[in-house]
Amino acid sequence: MIERLAYLWPEIALFVTTCVVMVLGLSPSRPTRKLSAVVSGFGVLAALVLAVLTTPHGDAVTHPGGQTLLPDLPRYAKVVIAGVGLLLLMLAAGTVDRADEDRIAAGVQKFDPLRSNRAEFYAFFLFSLTGLMLCASASDLVWLFLALELTSLPSYIMVAISTSRARSQEASVKYFFLGAMGAAIFLMGFVFIYGGTGSTNLNVIAESIARSGVNSITMLGLLLSFIGLGFKIAAVPMHFYTADVYEGAAPQVSAFLAFVPKTAGFIAMALLAAAVGWTHGPEGQSLPPEIRMTLWVMAALTMTVGNVLAIWQTSIKRMLAYSSIAHSGYMLVGLIAGPGAGPGAENGLSAVMFYLLAYGVTNAGAFAVLACLERRQADGEPIEIDRFADLKGLCKTHPVLGWVMVLCALSLLGFPPLLGFFAKVPLFTSGIAAGEIPLVIVLGVNSAIAAFYYLRLVQASFLEAPDRDVAPMDVAPFASRQAAGVLSATGVVLLVAASGWLFAQSGRAGTPDRRDDRGVIRTPTEKPADGRFEATP
Amino acid sequence: MNSFGILAALMVVPLLFAGAVAFLPAKNAKHIALAGTLLACVFGAAAAWMFPWSMSDTPQLTSEAEWIPALGIKFALGADGVSMALILLTLLLGPICVACSFTAITERERTYYAWLLVLQAAMTGVFAAQDLVLFYICFEFTLIPMYFLISLYGSTNRRKAAIKFFLYTFVGSVVALAGFVFVAWSHASANAGQWTFDVAALQKTAAGLEPSTQGWVLLALMLGFAVKVPLFPVHTWLPLAHTEAPTAGSVVLAGVLLKLGTYGMLRFAMPYAPLAFAEYAPLMATLCIVGILYGGLICWVQQDVKKLVAYSSVAHLGFCILGMVALNNTGLRGSVLYMINHGLSTGGLFLLIGMVYERFHTRDMRELGGLAARMPVWSSFMVFFAMASVGLPGLNGFVSEFMCLMGTFQASPLWSGGVCTISGDATPGASIGGNLGPIYAAIAGLGMIIAAMYILMMVGKVVWGPLKIPGGHGDHGHADHGHDSHDGSHGVLPRDLSFREVAVLMPLAVCCVWLGVYPKPALEAIDPAVRHVLQTVHSAGKPAPTIQGDLGTSEPAVREADKSEVER
Repeated sequence: MIERLAYLWPEIALFVTTCVVMVLGLSPSRPTRKLSAVVSGFGVLAALVLAVLTTPHGDAVTHPGGQTLLPDLPRYAKVVIAGVGLLLLMLAAGTVDRADEDRIAAGVQKFDPLRSNRAEFYAFFLFSLTGLMLCASASDLVWLFLALELTSLPSYIMVAISTSRARSQEASVKYFFLGAMGAAIFLMGFVFIYGGTGSTNLNVIAESIARSGVNSITMLGLLLSFIGLGFKIAAVPMHFYTADVYEGAAPQVSAFLAFVPKTAGFIAMALLAAAVGWTHGPEGQSLPPEIRMTLWVMAALTMTVGNVLAIWQTSIKRMLAYSSIAHSGYMLVGLIAGPGAGPGAENGLSAVMFYLLAYGVTNAGAFAVLACLERRQADGEPIEIDRFADLKGLCKTHPVLGWVMVLCALSLLGFPPLLGFFAKVPLFTSGIAAGEIPLVIVLGVNSAIAAFYYLRLVQASFLEAPDRDVAPMDVAPFASRQAAGVLSATGVVLLVAASGWLFAQSGRAGTPDRRDDRGVIRTPTEKPADGRFEATP
Repeated sequence: MNSFGILAALMVVPLLFAGAVAFLPAKNAKHIALAGTLLACVFGAAAAWMFPWSMSDTPQLTSEAEWIPALGIKFALGADGVSMALILLTLLLGPICVACSFTAITERERTYYAWLLVLQAAMTGVFAAQDLVLFYICFEFTLIPMYFLISLYGSTNRRKAAIKFFLYTFVGSVVALAGFVFVAWSHASANAGQWTFDVAALQKTAAGLEPSTQGWVLLALMLGFAVKVPLFPVHTWLPLAHTEAPTAGSVVLAGVLLKLGTYGMLRFAMPYAPLAFAEYAPLMATLCIVGILYGGLICWVQQDVKKLVAYSSVAHLGFCILGMVALNNTGLRGSVLYMINHGLSTGGLFLLIGMVYERFHTRDMRELGGLAARMPVWSSFMVFFAMASVGLPGLNGFVSEFMCLMGTFQASPLWSGGVCTISGDATPGASIGGNLGPIYAAIAGLGMIIAAMYILMMVGKVVWGPLKIPGGHGDHGHADHGHDSHDGSHGVLPRDLSFREVAVLMPLAVCCVWLGVYPKPALEAIDPAVRHVLQTVHSAGKPAPTIQGDLGTSEPAVREADKSEVER
């Protein structure tokens, strides 16, 4: 057990920071309270550094210590999670307690630790990231379930406390109940998998499936798991909460929801699928037909429903919510395609991992613009903007934010030469290589449909003139939110130059273990006779 | 050989100047942009001088760098004869587009000129790319500058036009991307999983695919390129975009952007799916002919001069593709020459219309007329470019149109067996391929008559006849274009063309005469590349001896070259 700890330094760092932040946020002294955000930032930064320094490469992972189905995944995922997490944290500045803090600063009100949410908010943020990192290193279904719940539970509360308005609480309740239902479904699935294979250990499950195939109980379990995990990634038919929750939460928290649970869901799905292996089907190249078909239908519906509904939205947050659904559909194509022969263009899993990074970076920028802009209401409380009309003339009135929006919208559209395009190409290549040509055509058509609504963002911010009869918008007084937007837009442009290297990393992350028991690496062309894991000689 | 990255420089120079335009004061924007495009022209001249035209059947001046090795994506540039010719056209139109906007654009100048320069870089990239993904990136990226140019600087209906333009082209090209990736995958699976997007390497694989698979590849690629050209059923974005775009936008659109589609067909659709291309050539020819006749007839009833020229592009590009699907040397060379000629003459017409619009703020033929009395210089240019466009012998349009029709005429099984020496210019493969023939040529030829009708009608109304000027009674023409120069810095436009405007039109006119009177150098320059493309098409799916038999009528030297091609 103790050797496990060697793989968990980033999580430990996050957890320790969480404990510190929880205390700091309750301090009666204002500067100390303000420290909670800074300390969280340093915690995530420390996790990033620790992930780079201590998380071993896949070929150094030994069986008792770490997750071995996708041995390089933890390292890649933790770095990405910490990196994007840092962006999201910068974005989160001033989300909670802003009105209270203003009143305290004005001397109208005294600090009341019972009414303060700041400590909880940052602590939950870090807890959720911890859970997400734990997902990536999961080697056991129980571990995976706990990690998934550790990711999700804090996010329900983050939605509720993100604004002081009732709609946030309504969103949170919806999110919680549907989330609990999703969790119940995949927990049920995990139970059936245990029943069918006799183990909760993913390695043992993989060996059992490789040895004797997928029996009907396991199959039921797997199907339930994938459908239940569909909630996390907001895939049809588990997508109904998305628009309401994104709209109800503050945009910073919506950005968080678009990345963190989605990543958790895809990592869990990738691990489960890796346990089943892409060695089934008539040609021995795909997931078992039942699972493939389920995911296929899910992918096609998710892309189409997401994109088509996004066209009709008038609220930007709802639009981004539906687009986030559509992006999950795109990524499912990579999951169906599977890892192919290893790192490279045919590796769908690595395409998913790369896409998660690109989507996380880009999406943070789009939401950052929303989080930065606000209007004073009659009662003096700022309300963030949410209508397309609010973005009119943004490139004129707020050039930096305007260009962030234009770049991020085009990247989300997958327009070359921005990051989103380079994330989409491997989905095309892996999908076609796996023979899923109809699905790739659906993907292509949907990418084109997406132009309808992403162009509205571009059009409103760059082309239209600002409304003269509407009071100009204020920029929220949090420099880090703007910095997050600028960083994200810079990433959208500059990460393209590094995409070769990044893709090599995600390629390793998406490659399943190919060693036999003696630690010899199998060549990609050589396929074991009876599945991925050979029986003991 | 060492190319010193000259093609990369052709892309980098406009980009650098675009940066300069965007960040330096607005009052210098146009001069910086002009300097940038002129410098690019100088580099272009250097490239043309360095370019080994005799070896231009394969990409020359190549340079490449690794980009995303895991996906096999490289940053590879190079140009064969056809690419080089189109790059030179792009570079020639660069300064013209900048200079023609000096007085027309008075607001958001920096954005305008910056996007114009970025657009030029992207278009150069399309023609120079030797990697499919790089090609696709540049091909797609041309949309963004054009989208902004139309929707910020266009006329009344510009938003709709810009969106329509963007969506049509984007939808088409995403499908084309799927086709490209499919071809790349076919290559990878035939080469032990080694992915590459190298244009030449993929061509070899793609041409060897099953005929039915080629049909799908062709469909995917044509969806991308036919929209851009535009071919008949998907042409509806073009008149709107052309009409609403600012003058420079229309010039670039007609001059180069449409050629991205035809170039894509020539470079990809044809050699990547040769069997399917030959199979469906009659279908595509039919679409072309429908476009020629339908476009021409629509032109005839237009009242808006710019819309008329826009629809005439549909008809003209029909000729261009018709020559291409003839799949013989005459037709294909005519087609490539047509790409350049159409850029010159239609570009000239759009410039002239823009100049009138700047003065009178209308393009309606009911409100304009008899301008010869008032603007003799403008009128001479108008008549000149109209004649070039309609194909008057001695000007450029004639040569290419004739060659396209000739190629179509020859592309018939009727002429096989020695009859194909009909032109005296016994071109290799004159009788094989396209499967079209005299009937196609005859019906398409009607298009020339229609073209003469609408162009002459337009010239007759606008240039000759009684003088009609909106709001003017003949004399105080200066008063009614005061809006153009409300910032006072440009002064009032003269009644007839200014020196700048003449200087803008002159290079195009000179090229028109040159290509009309003595097209031989141009035809020779593109010949090796065209032969190479034809070779790949005709050698696909056929046993080698048949080809040599078919090529029997060509000159011995060419046959030797062809033989070695086949053996390679």
